[in-house]
Amino acid sequence: MAGFYVVVLLVLIAFFSPLIANRQPIVCKYRGNWYFPGMVDVVHHIPFMDRMVKKSPPFGMATFHAKRELSNQDFAIWPPIPYGPRDTSADTFEPPGREHLLGTDQNGRDLAARIVYGTIVSIQVGMVSMGIATLIGIFLGALAGYLGGWVDIVISRFIEIIQCFPTFFLILAVLAWLDPSIINVMVVIGLTSWTSIARYTRGEFIRLQSQEYVLASRALGCRPLRIMFRHLLPNAIAPVLVTVTFGVASAILAEAGLSWLGFGVQQPDPSWGNILRDAYDHLRSAPHLVYPPCVAIFLAVLSYNLVGDALRDAIDPRIAD
Amino acid sequence: MLSYTLHRIILAIPTLLGITLVTFFIINLAPGDPAALQAQEVMDPRISNRVYEQLREYYGLDRPIVIRYLEWLKRIGTFDFGNSMTPDSRRVSVKIMERLPATISLSVLSLGIGFALAIPIGILSGARRNGWFDTVSSTILYILYAIPSYVMAIPLILWVSIELDLLPFQGMRSDNVAQLTPTGQIVDLVKHFILITFCFTYGALAYQSRFVRQNLLEVFRQEYILTARAKGLSEFTVVLKHAFRNTLIPLVTLFGLTFPQILGGSVILEVMFNWPGIGRLFFESILQRDYPTVMALSVISAGLVLLGTLLADLAYAVVDPRVRYD
Repeated sequence: MAGFYVVVLLVLIAFFSPLIANRQPIVCKYRGNWYFPGMVDVVHHIPFMDRMVKKSPPFGMATFHAKRELSNQDFAIWPPIPYGPRDTSADTFEPPGREHLLGTDQNGRDLAARIVYGTIVSIQVGMVSMGIATLIGIFLGALAGYLGGWVDIVISRFIEIIQCFPTFFLILAVLAWLDPSIINVMVVIGLTSWTSIARYTRGEFIRLQSQEYVLASRALGCRPLRIMFRHLLPNAIAPVLVTVTFGVASAILAEAGLSWLGFGVQQPDPSWGNILRDAYDHLRSAPHLVYPPCVAIFLAVLSYNLVGDALRDAIDPRIAD
Repeated sequence: MLSYTLHRIILAIPTLLGITLVTFFIINLAPGDPAALQAQEVMDPRISNRVYEQLREYYGLDRPIVIRYLEWLKRIGTFDFGNSMTPDSRRVSVKIMERLPATISLSVLSLGIGFALAIPIGILSGARRNGWFDTVSSTILYILYAIPSYVMAIPLILWVSIELDLLPFQGMRSDNVAQLTPTGQIVDLVKHFILITFCFTYGALAYQSRFVRQNLLEVFRQEYILTARAKGLSEFTVVLKHAFRNTLIPLVTLFGLTFPQILGGSVILEVMFNWPGIGRLFFESILQRDYPTVMALSVISAGLVLLGTLLADLAYAVVDPRVRYD
């Protein structure tokens, strides 16, 4: 269960990151008016919402410096880390201390803020790329398992081809083609990691095919697509979910690795991988940069692995010990 | 058995063709061909344009992609990987052979250490399930398994190489290696190997010993184990002769699946440790759009994956006489 709680915590941190680390206050009263800049930032993280909700004038301007403008008389609730992930300052390589909880990097950016915002990338990569992989994997696996015959032969061969590429090689090769950006990384990881999901789905479908309820629904005149996705899929989904959970962990790993190599999230945007790269490039001058991203990646991977194991034990009590 | 092997090899041919087709088109359609990358270095735009045209002609990039693919296939039929499209234009096979020793020595070493430790650990913890050894080793290995190798590598480099200054972490040899005595050179080499070998090994070790333990527990539920115990055989004989032998079958599959990694190496770890191996060669060739090298490495690694699964399936029949391919 601990793994599940950590996953939920990471999702919450990702969603509410502007309330945890932000250069603007969560709520404040400035020159007699109330403003909610931090809250607006949270809304902006939801896709397409940045066009619907705009920040009110002084806080919406890039030149507006909330910390300097707001005086002590103004009411303001500041986030625990009063820095944004991209805010540079003159204090480079500051060790952890009162001012900067985890210290600063080579550009004087607050490390804690960058780690918090890096959570967004990891959670997004895990969800989006595994979402893509699950859709492709279940669809192709279901087709191959249910229809059999030459469809099965073609799809199985295709799975084999994709599997023969070491995934990381394939991702690197495809990313040489696309611009390095978070969307492309998510799509490419999704497009290359569906094979084991497809194989499990295919296996489950073949196993379930001889069940009587399948025969019954066929006798009732159900169309193949309905049998596949309304009758078979709900019964086949459990073991597939285990693979998906482990897949999320490896997607997070792949993204961090790619960002470390410089193919993933680009500076100044933070991701655990490129924070780790900053740490590697400045090992001698700033050893304090090393541990936070390592701990973050480790926790994320460990918790998804724990959830996957718990799911597997719940589904197949025979293996549990 | 022979007909099965032939059947599998024939089936592998379309798979390999598909792989080469996909890789060739992905890498060749990528924006920025090697000619463009090299012409960029010439500042004067008029000259750089001419250089670009000449380089394209020199590398044969001005011809249609389908024809280039067919020509590449023809050459690969004679195991000729061509010349690399970098300024040095060296033969791809030479380039790969140069990088092989670093990667192979590393993977054979780590594979050997991994299996040599994983089997005893797995047996010990499986035989005394939930005993103190099982609890301790399972917990440690589970945590190790969740630490990605490159995440482990950076703190290790920081502690061992920088703070304690014990071991080097850049490359395979020190810069002053020529001045060292022969023993000094060996010590130097060993020192360079320690950190990267550890990072390469522990993840696989954790996975493999969990695998051995799991399979041993599975076998313990079989009735022949009950029979063996009922006959009054010693626990040693039961575990090693009756139980462990039967866990060899899945172990062989695992070995087959790890086999391709022997030549593949790891891109991130090799870049991180500046290791002159295959993984870094692949990374560099992609950055330089060195099409022939990328193609050669993809084909070799895909072929190895196919070979690995085939060997694993064949080894099944050797290890387990019940399995027959007719």
